[in-house]
Amino acid sequence: MSTTPLRLKELSKKDELLTGGHRLCAGCGAPIAVRQVLLAAEMPVIASNATGCLEVSTTIYPYSAWKIPWIHTAFENAAATISGVEAMYRSLKKQGKIKERIKFIAFGGDGGTYDIGFQSLSGAMERGHDIVYICYDNGAYMNTGIQRSSATPLGANTTTSPAGSVIPGKVQPRKNLTKIMAAHGIPYVAQTTPAHWRDLMTKVRKALDVDGPAFINVLASCNRGWRTPTDTTIADTKMAVETCFWPLYEYENGRLTINYKPKEKKPVTEFLKTQGRFKHLFSPENEGILERAQELVDREWEALLREESLYKSEEEKA
Amino acid sequence: MGKKLAVTGNQAVAEAMRQINPDVCAAYPITPSTEVMQRFASFVADGKVDTELVTVESEHSAMSACIGAAAAGGRVMTATSSQGLALMWEMLHIASGMRFPIVMPLVNRALSAPINIHGDHSDGMGSRDCGWIQLFSENGQEAYDNLIQAIRIAEHDDVRLPAMVCMDGFIISHSIESMEYLPDDVVRNFIGEFRPKNPLLDIENPVTYGPLVLPDFFMEFKRQQHEAMLNVKDVVLDVAREFEKISGRGYGLFEAYRLDDAELALVILNSAAGTAKDVIDEYREKGIKVGLLKPRLFRPFPYKEVAEALSSARVIGVLDRADSLGGFGPMYMEISSAMTTNGAKPLMINKIYGLGGRDFMPEHVVQVIDELKEIAETGNIRLQKDFLGVRE
Amino acid sequence: MKGWKDLEIGAITKAGSADEYNTGSWRAFRPQWIEENCIQCLFCWIYCPDSAVTVKDGKRGEFDYLHCKGCGICARECPGKKGKKAIVMVEEGK
Ligand SMILES: Cc1ncc(C[n+]2csc(CCOP(=O)(O)OP(=O)(O)O)c2C)c(N)n1
Ligand code: SF4
Ligand code: SF4
Ligand code: SF4
Ligand SMILES: [Mg+2]
Repeated sequence: MSTTPLRLKELSKKDELLTGGHRLCAGCGAPIAVRQVLLAAEMPVIASNATGCLEVSTTIYPYSAWKIPWIHTAFENAAATISGVEAMYRSLKKQGKIKERIKFIAFGGDGGTYDIGFQSLSGAMERGHDIVYICYDNGAYMNTGIQRSSATPLGANTTTSPAGSVIPGKVQPRKNLTKIMAAHGIPYVAQTTPAHWRDLMTKVRKALDVDGPAFINVLASCNRGWRTPTDTTIADTKMAVETCFWPLYEYENGRLTINYKPKEKKPVTEFLKTQGRFKHLFSPENEGILERAQELVDREWEALLREESLYKSEEEKA
Repeated sequence: MGKKLAVTGNQAVAEAMRQINPDVCAAYPITPSTEVMQRFASFVADGKVDTELVTVESEHSAMSACIGAAAAGGRVMTATSSQGLALMWEMLHIASGMRFPIVMPLVNRALSAPINIHGDHSDGMGSRDCGWIQLFSENGQEAYDNLIQAIRIAEHDDVRLPAMVCMDGFIISHSIESMEYLPDDVVRNFIGEFRPKNPLLDIENPVTYGPLVLPDFFMEFKRQQHEAMLNVKDVVLDVAREFEKISGRGYGLFEAYRLDDAELALVILNSAAGTAKDVIDEYREKGIKVGLLKPRLFRPFPYKEVAEALSSARVIGVLDRADSLGGFGPMYMEISSAMTTNGAKPLMINKIYGLGGRDFMPEHVVQVIDELKEIAETGNIRLQKDFLGVRE
Repeated sequence: MKGWKDLEIGAITKAGSADEYNTGSWRAFRPQWIEENCIQCLFCWIYCPDSAVTVKDGKRGEFDYLHCKGCGICARECPGKKGKKAIVMVEEGK
């Protein structure tokens, strides 16, 4: 079977597996990511989806935007649910009752992945199911009205970390889930965005190709939560990468590759300043938070560079 | 016929699971049901079943994986107790709402706090509104028989609902009794092949499971579930008739023990019913018309049939091994609903007993029957709801 | 609307049925394609959240106005030809 080249002209000839007519907000980043994931897959896939914006808005009865077999059961268990689907597949395959090669994907928002679904995700990865977990990280519990999650960036104004007169938005930095997933020692872990469609699709293909669990963290903007215009979704997401707020990297069997290094790393304020959720950080009294935000980005980026160069020097020695 | 053996309740349940040979099992350990899955894991390890065993990281994930597996299109089982069931609670509703015929032995155990590993029915009763069929079992034999029948009941086209088969923790799960296993092929023929409905794995015919259903459609789906529950009674009786043919053991919606002409009646679930039967015999010898109703099918509850079976009783003592704190025990509420729906007006008392594995002894049965006798004579009820065997 | 006796049990939904649902009515602005400025890069297609840019044989077609919500991503990301956009947003009803 020949694989479709990762060129838009060729990809556009494939079936669209997420239809229009879903009820996600205009300009939402999540469906852009999902479309790209489904376009990347070169074999039949079955998906589970955690409760959240993506799930709710794509399947309002009696409508469904999913053309692939799809299941939602609850919020904290997209990974456990897909584990069950995959286990049944293995069982029936072993019994000769099913022949096709099918792959399994779980979609979850940051809340459903970093927080409430973290245990179920960790368990499924440790058990080694042949599944790809895709987190679309929009940095808050958007579906319930923009509450902070452990993925919410430092300083962000959310409805449960409001920028008040005493506390200026979220006081904690984000949890680095991609690294935590890498620490699971699974065959494939990556971080990407739909603004970098070729990077995203390459990673999805790698994740689907490995035999065993894979995890991909996708930055997916939310104009309601980020307080951005509906048309800057892709532009804002690109800026997250240009500032190294959201580096593009991957772990293949434990080996790190940084997939993109900006020629000139932009200050993180370039990413923050266009978003209403960070507006308060630009008043003089919150200068310290901006400095800390920059430090956090620098520290993560430098650690990634160091780690990558370690692998490189080892390889040179070998 | 089958072979006679001396085994524990857990062993019997694990054996039934081996014979059922589900396609997927997802489970997590918890006393007193742990042994079921340990034994089953050995069957998997020794290639005695085709099952994919998913050793999940929690009971919430166990039920989630069971639901995913059931949606994929195959036969699915798990087992749990107490806190495990409590952790599953959210997913129990989802399993029934999505109409998956998952079958689960529930080895009944008290719920924390205080933490306690022994048998009572707080776990099962706490999940009575989750849309699962609930079958209760007096002993290991009944648990074994019920589990095999539960597959047929749950998977029946008119039902398509999950089912739990309850037995008492430790009292039954860990004590050895003599019982009979059916031959493997007999069980296999009895349960038949699993017939998937809209399986996710059918990639040619993709379906969406678990959409958001708004007020415009929600009640219709709940009404469907109610209808399925209404169908359960007939299916239970049909399956029992067929099961009797292969096993020689008859089952109904409940067991009526010396109830025909009983003026005094006890209602007791599971193992404690066995204790009560012997005491009832003694009273019968003394000419006292006392009998026992031991429910088997608790969800759906067979109100009409229960009321008819209890129609001769003037005084009824309902024993609950679980409490609805601030209310009557769950069984009492059902019996009282059954009686009033039927227009009968017996005098009724409720006794809470055996919580957290507290011993239930023949003298407790004596105490209750004597009280029923006194109520029959005087027409006076001292305390509507009381506890048995609690120190002051 | 169907009653409980006629609905498929378990709230199963037909795959892809949202295609029939009109989200075009959400639009305040409508994207307009100016073919002569189009370089067929298909960025508009890959970045559309609503699968509302039709493509046939690898070439852009009209917008699917039944689904397009008018977010403007396509217009913003459109490189166009020689600095001239091939997509512009115009107010609905004008
Ligand atoms: C057990 C449980 N707790 C809380 C909720 C309420 N809830 C539904 S979606 C959601 C937030 C989802 O956030 P996220 O996973 O980030 O997805 P998003 O909506 O942002 O896309 C919450 C809190 C729930 N459905 N179930
Ligand atoms: S609230 Fe945000 S994540 Fe949710 S649909 Fe709207 S844009 Fe998308
Ligand atoms: S305006 Fe938005 S929804 Fe409409 S076609 Fe352009 S990108 Fe798609
Ligand atoms: S983005 Fe602009 S130039 Fe590219 S295909 Fe679309 S309309 Fe044409
Ligand atoms: Mg979110």
